[in-house]
Amino acid sequence: MTDISHPIAGAVAGAPAAPAPRRVALKRVLGPAHVWGLGVGIVLVGEFMGWNFAVGKGGAIAALTACWLAGILYTCVAMIDSEITSTVAAAGGQYAQAKHIIGPLAAFNVGLYLVMAYTMLEVSNAIVTGDLIEAFSHNMGLVGDVDKRAFMVLTIVFLSWLNYRGVLATLTLNLVITAIAFAAIVTLFVYAQPWAPGETLKHGELLTGLPYGGLGILAAMHFGLWFYLGIEGTTQAAEEVRSPARALPLGTLTGIMTLLIAATLTWYVGTGLMPWEYLGQAVTPLYDAARLTGSAPLEIFLFFGTLFATVASANGCVNDASRAWFAMGRDRYMPVWFGAVHPTYRTPYRAIVFFAPIAILFAISTPLDQTITFSILSGLLGYTTMALSIVMFRRKWPLGSIPRGFVHPLHPLPAVLLLLLCSVTYAAVFLGYGTQLLAMMAFYIAASAWFVLHRYKYVRRGDQFTMAWPKPRGY
Amino acid sequence: MSRRPYEPPKQSVFGQIVDAVLMLGLVVVTLYLPLLLGLAGGGSTTTAYDNPSWETLKQNPTMAAQWEKLGFTPESAAAIIGARFDYSVSWMAFAVTALVIVVYFVAMLRWSDREYREVIAERFDDGERPSA
Repeated sequence: MTDISHPIAGAVAGAPAAPAPRRVALKRVLGPAHVWGLGVGIVLVGEFMGWNFAVGKGGAIAALTACWLAGILYTCVAMIDSEITSTVAAAGGQYAQAKHIIGPLAAFNVGLYLVMAYTMLEVSNAIVTGDLIEAFSHNMGLVGDVDKRAFMVLTIVFLSWLNYRGVLATLTLNLVITAIAFAAIVTLFVYAQPWAPGETLKHGELLTGLPYGGLGILAAMHFGLWFYLGIEGTTQAAEEVRSPARALPLGTLTGIMTLLIAATLTWYVGTGLMPWEYLGQAVTPLYDAARLTGSAPLEIFLFFGTLFATVASANGCVNDASRAWFAMGRDRYMPVWFGAVHPTYRTPYRAIVFFAPIAILFAISTPLDQTITFSILSGLLGYTTMALSIVMFRRKWPLGSIPRGFVHPLHPLPAVLLLLLCSVTYAAVFLGYGTQLLAMMAFYIAASAWFVLHRYKYVRRGDQFTMAWPKPRGY
Repeated sequence: MSRRPYEPPKQSVFGQIVDAVLMLGLVVVTLYLPLLLGLAGGGSTTTAYDNPSWETLKQNPTMAAQWEKLGFTPESAAAIIGARFDYSVSWMAFAVTALVIVVYFVAMLRWSDREYREVIAERFDDGERPSA
């Protein structure tokens, strides 16, 4: 596989059909561990915050059901994603896949889903970072007030700068801090002595059944996705991994296994330490859980674990959102100015810088549950498209017609299951957050109209298909 | 005989700036404005408690102990415990939302397919296989 199939960088702006004389490509430096770090790094923060809003929507038992149902949904996502990504390994991930499999308007929408999902996740991480530092300084008895908004802004600006400077250092940092954050969850779990029920963990007295009845299970699916949202981000680095066919499926599937374990541990510890009403609205539930154990060293470890998880996640989000925006700029779905690669750092620096003000605006003025909901909704629209995409992929290029890095088993069962669980989750979001659902749909409908009526005229038709595949069946 | 590839117009720098600003505006208007105007938010109800105690808040001794470790009193916890989501469903709103989602996907797929045929025709009709 060649480094990159399009002329990019400065050559992109107003580029003629002829290839540019010099190609500046993204660096191929990443291995399976980086892919794991990118996927889990983005998602692991979901164990430290946000998942617990599922408890608020349906109670602790409903949240566990949602955790496992969402786990099934994401297993389907990881299976489908591994097959498509190991075959269509290009920057932009699902965006590039939709471009080759479904068509331009779908690709434009998928690109926006990615950008919005990751930007809103980055915003959520910045909010939690600010809240966490404020809570920690208060709990440690530090004199004076902390303005959490300053830390929100600092997080976004620092990570944007880090991503501007280069992908290898960024994702290596992610790998290290993700491992520390995961160790914090495991340490908390062990310290809580799950083998001695009633000692530290008090499920017998704290679990209260289903406060909203069966409807609560459905409603909890909304935030159940937060346990895993972003694992599909592994595909964003497709042009930067050394061996996509091996590294992407391996990194993605081991990532989902890690998250399934972490999600169950997190639920078990959280619900064994906090009343569901508190847990259902807490901003930093695992840090709170550590406080409830009464161990100061553990509290400090979980402070750093939560901080590292949010920073790792935000870091991965800046990386992923900018890659998707960069890929759209390169293809002229967005102004070509965004399709430039930095001549020294070889990063999509304009796309990175563009999103920093948007992230800051939402971070300093929007409640956490709202930004999480926006992120979840964009992710959900992407998963729905993914289920349709794999069916089209197998129809247009049946097995054996093109080389695939990985073939997922039991097709079309994962696609059907994914579509079903996505439909359930739309209903779950509607319960309590119907306005946000419609606002998000209004955004994508308006953006689609803009693309069809205006933007698409700047897009070269044949150049959008860059894979060395035969003509798709039925065309 | 191969057809002539579509040659897109060149977009000016000003046009690119307008497009970028337009996307920013779209995000702010559709997502941020409803939040700013208080139109978005979880449908919820709140139960008010007069002189709340852990018993009237239906918290057993273990729950009460955990609340207190977290720094709460019955008075400060009452607002959290009394908040509930309102899951009374307007079937009309549900049907409209479902319709919007279905129509969006159907329209997107149909339009995409139309554009995709154009892409495939241009890419393959010259008889050449694209190179990686």
